[in-house]
Amino acid sequence: MSDATTSPRSNSTPPSTGGATIRPEEAEHFGRLAREWWDPQGSSAMLHRLNPVRLGFIREAVDEHWGGDAESAKPLAGKTALDVGCGAGLLCEPLARLGAAVTGVDAAPENVAAATAHADGARLDIRYLPGELAELDLGRFDLVTCLEVIEHVADKAVLLRSLAERLVPGGLAILSTPNRTPQSKLLLVEGAEAVGMIPKGTHHWSDFVTPEELCELLREAGLEPLAMKGIGFSPMKGLHLSDDLSLNYILSAKPA
Amino acid sequence: MALSDRRDLLILGGGLVGMTLALAAAKEGFSSHVVDRADPAELTAEGFDGRASAISTASWNLFRNIGLAEGLDKHACPIATIAVTDQLKPGRIDFSPEPHEGTLGRMFANRQLRLALFEAARGEPLIAWHSQAEIVARERGEHAVSATLADGQELAGALMIAAEGRGSPTREEAGLAIAKWDYRHRAIITGLEHEKPHENVAWEIFYPAGPFALLPMLDGADGTHRSALVWTVDEADAAGTLKLSDRAFLAEVDKRMGDLFGAVTAVGPRASFPLGFHHTARITGDRLALVGDSAHGIHPIAGQGLNLGLRDVGALVEVLADGARLGLEPGDAQLLARYEKWRGLDAFMVALATDGLTRLFGIPGPAASAVRRFGMGGVQRMPLLKRWFMDEARGVSGDVPEMLRA
Ligand SMILES: Cc1cc2nc3c(=O)[nH]c(=O)nc-3n(C[C@H](O)[C@H](O)[C@H](O)COP(=O)(O)OP(=O)(O)OC[C@H]3O[C@@H](n4cnc5c(N)ncnc54)[C@H](O)[C@@H]3O)c2cc1C
Repeated sequence: MSDATTSPRSNSTPPSTGGATIRPEEAEHFGRLAREWWDPQGSSAMLHRLNPVRLGFIREAVDEHWGGDAESAKPLAGKTALDVGCGAGLLCEPLARLGAAVTGVDAAPENVAAATAHADGARLDIRYLPGELAELDLGRFDLVTCLEVIEHVADKAVLLRSLAERLVPGGLAILSTPNRTPQSKLLLVEGAEAVGMIPKGTHHWSDFVTPEELCELLREAGLEPLAMKGIGFSPMKGLHLSDDLSLNYILSAKPA
Repeated sequence: MALSDRRDLLILGGGLVGMTLALAAAKEGFSSHVVDRADPAELTAEGFDGRASAISTASWNLFRNIGLAEGLDKHACPIATIAVTDQLKPGRIDFSPEPHEGTLGRMFANRQLRLALFEAARGEPLIAWHSQAEIVARERGEHAVSATLADGQELAGALMIAAEGRGSPTREEAGLAIAKWDYRHRAIITGLEHEKPHENVAWEIFYPAGPFALLPMLDGADGTHRSALVWTVDEADAAGTLKLSDRAFLAEVDKRMGDLFGAVTAVGPRASFPLGFHHTARITGDRLALVGDSAHGIHPIAGQGLNLGLRDVGALVEVLADGARLGLEPGDAQLLARYEKWRGLDAFMVALATDGLTRLFGIPGPAASAVRRFGMGGVQRMPLLKRWFMDEARGVSGDVPEMLRA
């Protein structure tokens, strides 16, 4: 089921984003991994496993924000969504199935090519664009997501400002990122990369932001944080939403 | 791939489990193809399947949730007590629930279950039922699955489900290994009419050759008292036992039943099934899930086979529906991983426990008999284990899928 691939079976994560903010060596790193994206056992295995967890948070935030019915099949019907740092479309496709008209942006053209091919196969109509968020003239969206991206970005304030600019008044933003704690250093950077759960070179711990720092940056960018959850791991439950923010966290925000 | 008729689920095998799955999935809005090689008219003909199934409380909840309970209720014979004995020697264990706990389950002729399922399936627009269909090719691709029928038709879906029973060719083709051991035993199945009422007691009488089970059925229209018999015999003796004249067979049965229900007055047509334990380590593959006997088959003494399959149904439909709420499609690998994690262990526990029972009660010799009786007393003395047995018979232990709850 996976795309045939020649890249090393290192494991990986992700995306790259918009902004003259992305480091060139990172864009190349992820581009190489793009074809492996859709293999659930491949280099993005961690992201695949993360997907139901973060979608659980998004679903709840969406229902809460727009007062939707938790059982409805298409809570995003009639809404537009933008995923920044969309990779090969792991998040865009579920958002499209939930009814949104989805645009995915990624700095690596290879990711965008992989995403487009996959959406065609899945018969989903999603608009994918390569390039830098700040340089694309995209208009505004009801929902803007930017997951596991900000930690790869040098100037976080610039990225957050361009995210805020893409939101309609009354819109909703969702971000997730690793926390900068001894735990995340041990597990996400040294541990996971050492055992090959995440490809080497994916993360630079010093680039991680803490929830306090991120909330401050959000406010400076004109966004008001709404809800926040940790993404924890336990051998029994696997990855799950929890109140422990020490590894990774996901939050919702709206234009202030 | 037939673009016009791509559905959510491509269910191969429309037996009791496959068809229940199609109906339960439809309740959650999933469309399906159901493909079966058998002729439904033959399957529901009087006398085709003399088998009866114990439907646990949890399975009954599932039937209620998919709208079958109302029509089936009048065909149900409630089980009030399960009595277990060793060759009718002293040391009977009774499993009886407290009055507020309800029944231990309901007995149905399989024929009635099939009639109800088939009728509901015909009335369900989300189900496309292809019966008497031979599958000549199966394909599981990156985005979809398909099956080609002998007449050239191609059916497509997002997720393939193998529900073809224990010999599942889809499972074999996917290379999902199964651990199995053959008991070298056969179950002889028939219906009995007897003098005294059964008082809603299900009997499991253990003989060295294997268990002899009597399951209470509804009285006939003329008031005759009836039970279903599942008699386990050694493979070597099976052919001979099946060939016995009605009268000789009746005498053999009578001898083994002692005076439980008075004289046995009639036996129905006899059928036999080979018995075995099998369990697959993996019950999912790429865009593939196994349900029912294709995923696990167990010795029928504890009456858990169909119930286990119906729990697969509840779990799979819940996982798919939860996934759909998150925008994940039915073939999503994360959803299948959750299903496998949920059902894999449960099925294995039940299979192990039933297999343990058979081994405990299946060894001949006086020492073994003592062990058996000790085992029996042991069970009697161990409220935890007993509770587990009762809960298992009713199907309420473990992590019960939403659809199987009241
Ligand atoms: C003697 C005996 C007594 C039992 N008693 C009980 C009991 O009291 N309680 C209980 O809960 N369980 C009991 N069981 C177990 C129970 O019968 C099974 O667990 C149950 O029938 C499994 O259902 P299924 O749909 O998975 O498989 P099956 O009932 O085997 O159905 C499989 C279906 O797939 C179709 N099929 C097979 N191959 C193909 C193919 N290649 N192409 C297309 N279609 C195909 C068949 O036509 C059939 O309709 C008993 C079993 C035995 C042997």
